[in-house]
Amino acid sequence: MEEVESKPVKRRTKDLNLWEKIYIPEIIKGLALTFRNIFRPKFTMEYPEVKFEPPASYRGRPVLVQEESGVERCVACGLCSRVCPALAIEVQAAETELEKERFPEKFEINMIRCIFCGFCEEVCPEEAIVMSKDYELAFFNREDALYGKDKLLVPASELEDRIKFLRQYK
Amino acid sequence: MPNIIIDAKTLEFKKGQTIIEAAQDNGIEIPHFCWHPKLSVSGNCRICLVEVEQMPKLVIACSTIASEGMVVHTKSEKVIAAQNAVMEFLLINHPLDCPICDEAGECKLQDYAYKYSLGESRFVEEKVQKDKRIKLGPNVMFDGERCISCSRCIRFCDEIAKDPELTFVQRGDHVTIRTYPGQEMDNPYSMNTIDICPVGALTSTDFRFKARVWDMSSNKSVCVGCSRGCNTDIWVRNNEILRQTTRYNEKVNSFWMCDHGRLETFKHVNAESRVHYPQIRKDGELVEVGWDEAFSEAVSHLKTFPKDQIAVVGSPFATCEDNFITAKFAKSVLSTGNLDFIRHTNPEFADDILRNEDVTPNTKGAVLSGLVPSQAGLDINGIIKAIKDQKIKALYLIEDDLVQCFPELESSIAKLELLIVHTSNYNSSTNYADIVFPASTYAEKHGTFLNGFGVLQRIRPAVATAELDRALDGMNMSRLDKFGTKFDSWAAGKKNEARPTWKILVSISKALGYKMKYNMAEEVFSDMASSIIELKGIDYDEISESGVQLKVEDNKTVNAG
Ligand code: SF4
Ligand code: SF4
Ligand code: SF4
Ligand code: SF4
Repeated sequence: MEEVESKPVKRRTKDLNLWEKIYIPEIIKGLALTFRNIFRPKFTMEYPEVKFEPPASYRGRPVLVQEESGVERCVACGLCSRVCPALAIEVQAAETELEKERFPEKFEINMIRCIFCGFCEEVCPEEAIVMSKDYELAFFNREDALYGKDKLLVPASELEDRIKFLRQYK
Repeated sequence: MPNIIIDAKTLEFKKGQTIIEAAQDNGIEIPHFCWHPKLSVSGNCRICLVEVEQMPKLVIACSTIASEGMVVHTKSEKVIAAQNAVMEFLLINHPLDCPICDEAGECKLQDYAYKYSLGESRFVEEKVQKDKRIKLGPNVMFDGERCISCSRCIRFCDEIAKDPELTFVQRGDHVTIRTYPGQEMDNPYSMNTIDICPVGALTSTDFRFKARVWDMSSNKSVCVGCSRGCNTDIWVRNNEILRQTTRYNEKVNSFWMCDHGRLETFKHVNAESRVHYPQIRKDGELVEVGWDEAFSEAVSHLKTFPKDQIAVVGSPFATCEDNFITAKFAKSVLSTGNLDFIRHTNPEFADDILRNEDVTPNTKGAVLSGLVPSQAGLDINGIIKAIKDQKIKALYLIEDDLVQCFPELESSIAKLELLIVHTSNYNSSTNYADIVFPASTYAEKHGTFLNGFGVLQRIRPAVATAELDRALDGMNMSRLDKFGTKFDSWAAGKKNEARPTWKILVSISKALGYKMKYNMAEEVFSDMASSIIELKGIDYDEISESGVQLKVEDNKTVNAG
C-alpha cells in the first residue's frame, strides 16, 4: 500500500497574542470588514414581500401529482410510507374502477415529521410524489400540520420543472 | 437409512423420498414454485433444477427419487445458470405490478428474483395481455397476468378441497386459469389457494388493498370457528385485526384452514357492538361505570341470594383458564353447584376435511376445567327449566348468549332478579342484563383451548386493550407500533376497556372476601396443572407453538346436542 503522508495539523493557540490583547487593532479590523460589506451588492431578500423562487433542484414540501383528468397518479403502494425515515406518510389504499385498480383513499403527510429528505420522491414507482417549491410551512398546532389529499394534490402542469429535473438526474 | 450426498454433505433420507424432500428434511433449501409438500408433484416450474452426477442433464428435484449414494449439487455453476434462466423466462410476461399487488412483501417470485436471478432480461417484445381482476369465487380474486401457471391452485381444489373447480385453458403463453363453465370457486377452503399461490395471482377479496404486509404485526393464535382449532396468525395494524391466515401444524390443520375461520371469526373484535366499559342498569338503561363500582354492585347483589337460587353458565368460547376460575367462583365463592355451559353444534358445518360439528373452540377444555354441575347441582337443562319455573333468580352468564340460543327463554330471563353477563359484544342477553362486564376476546388474552381431538393449544394476544400493553405484554410489534406516538393517527388505534373473564372473577371473588392469587393467565394454568390430572407436568412453554396432545378420553361432550 502507498504511504499516505500526513499533513501537520494547524492548531490554534490557546491564548491571545500581544496584538490581540491590545484590542484596538482587532476592533478596527472588524469594523473594516463591516464597512467593506456596506458597499457590496446586497443579496438579502425582503421576505415576505419578496419571495424566493427556488430552482428545480430545491426540495420543498412533498406533493402528489394530479393528472389532467383530476386523478392522482399515486397507486397507494405505500413505498413512500415505508421508506420515509421520519414516518411522516400515511397511505390507505382502496380499490378503484380505473385501470390502475388501486388508489389512495387517504394520503396524509405529517409536516411536523417530514424532514424533506426526498426519499419518498426517489422511491415512488409512479412519479406520483415529488418535492415542490413550497417552503412556507408554519403551524400553530399539530392538527394543522397534517396535510391530507386536499392540500397535497397539485396539478402536474405546476410541477413540470421538478419532473423534468427528476427525469434528468434521478 | 440410505444416504444421499447433497452439496458435499452426506445426509440420511427415507426411502421413496424425492431429492427436494430429502433436502428439506435436512434443512437445505431447493427453490420451488409449483412443488408443495402436501400436493401431488407437477414439475412444471423448473426452478428446482439440480445437478446429479452421472446424469446427462439437470433434473428437477421435486420429481426425482433420491437413491443411495446419489451425489447432488444445488449450487453448481450449471444449476445457478439454470435458475437464472428459469427466472428470466418466468418474468418475460410478468407484469411487475408489485406496487399494486397485495402479494408484494410475501411474494415468492419477488424473493426468488432477488435470490436466484441476475436481474437481466433480454426480452424487448411486448408482454402478453391477460384478464385481470376476475372474481373466481366469493372470496378469491384472480389476476391472469401475474399467474405463473404453477397449477398449485388447481391441485389444491382437486386434492385437498376435493372439489375440482379450476382448470387451465388456452396454450403456450396464453395459458390461464378458469373455473369450469357455470362453476364458481366457492368451496369452503378456497382461500387456501391464496396462501399457496406463489405469486399475487390469487388474492383475497376481503383483505384486498387493506394493508401492506410489512405494516402489520402478526401473532400466533388459534381459530375459534370450530373445535378443530386451526393454527393461525392474526395480522394487526393500528390495533385492528385485518386478516387471519393459517399457520402450519401437522397435528391439527396441516397447512390449511377454512374460509369461515379466516373471515368470520375475528370481525367482532373490531365491531361497533363492542362493550367498552362495565355497565350497570339504572332506571332501565345500561350506563357506563368504573370497574370498582361495577364490582361492588355485583357483590352487593350476589350476597342477597341463597345459593340454590344462583346458577352460573360458563362458556366453550372462553379459555380453559377462564372456565377454571368460573368453576372455582361458582363452587367455592358462590357455593352453588348449578354450573354448566351451552353446547353449540351444527352438523351442517362439519365435513371430513377440517371442519367439526362442534362450532366452539373449547368444549372439551370447558369440561376439563371443571365446568360441570355438582352432584346435587343443575346442569344446563336443569338451569333452563329452573329459570322458566323462576326457581333460579340470579344468573351469572359468561361469554355466551342464552337468549339467542333459547329464544323461548326470553320472557323468563326478563323476570330474573339478577343477570350478570360477561361479554365482548352486546347481544340479545345483554338486553336483560343488570350488570355487564366487558370481556376480552380471544385476540386480547393469553390462554389455552383444548380442541376436539385433545390437543391443548395456546392463544396469544394480538390486539392491545386498556390493561394489556402491546410492548409490555410481549406481543409482536410492527414498525408502526414501535415508533408511533399518541399524536399519530396510525398508531393511536382504539384500545378497548376489557379484561379477561378470569381476571374479572378474581376481582369479584376478592370483593366477596375470597382471595385468589392470580396475576397472569399462566399462573391460573399452573394451578390447573397441579389439580387436573390430565394436565400434570404441562406448562405454557411446553405447549409452545404447536400444542400438546393430551390423553383425554373421547367423552361425548364434544358432540352432545
Ligand atoms: S410511493 Fe408513490 S405511488 Fe406509492 S404510495 Fe407513495 S406516492 Fe403513491
Ligand atoms: S406477484 Fe409478486 S412479483 Fe408479481 S406483481 Fe405481485 S408482488 Fe410483484
Ligand atoms: S393462480 Fe397462482 S397458484 Fe394458480 S396456477 Fe397461477 S400462480 Fe399457480
Ligand atoms: S376448520 Fe374450524 S377451526 Fe379450522 S378454520 Fe375452519 S372454523 Fe376454524
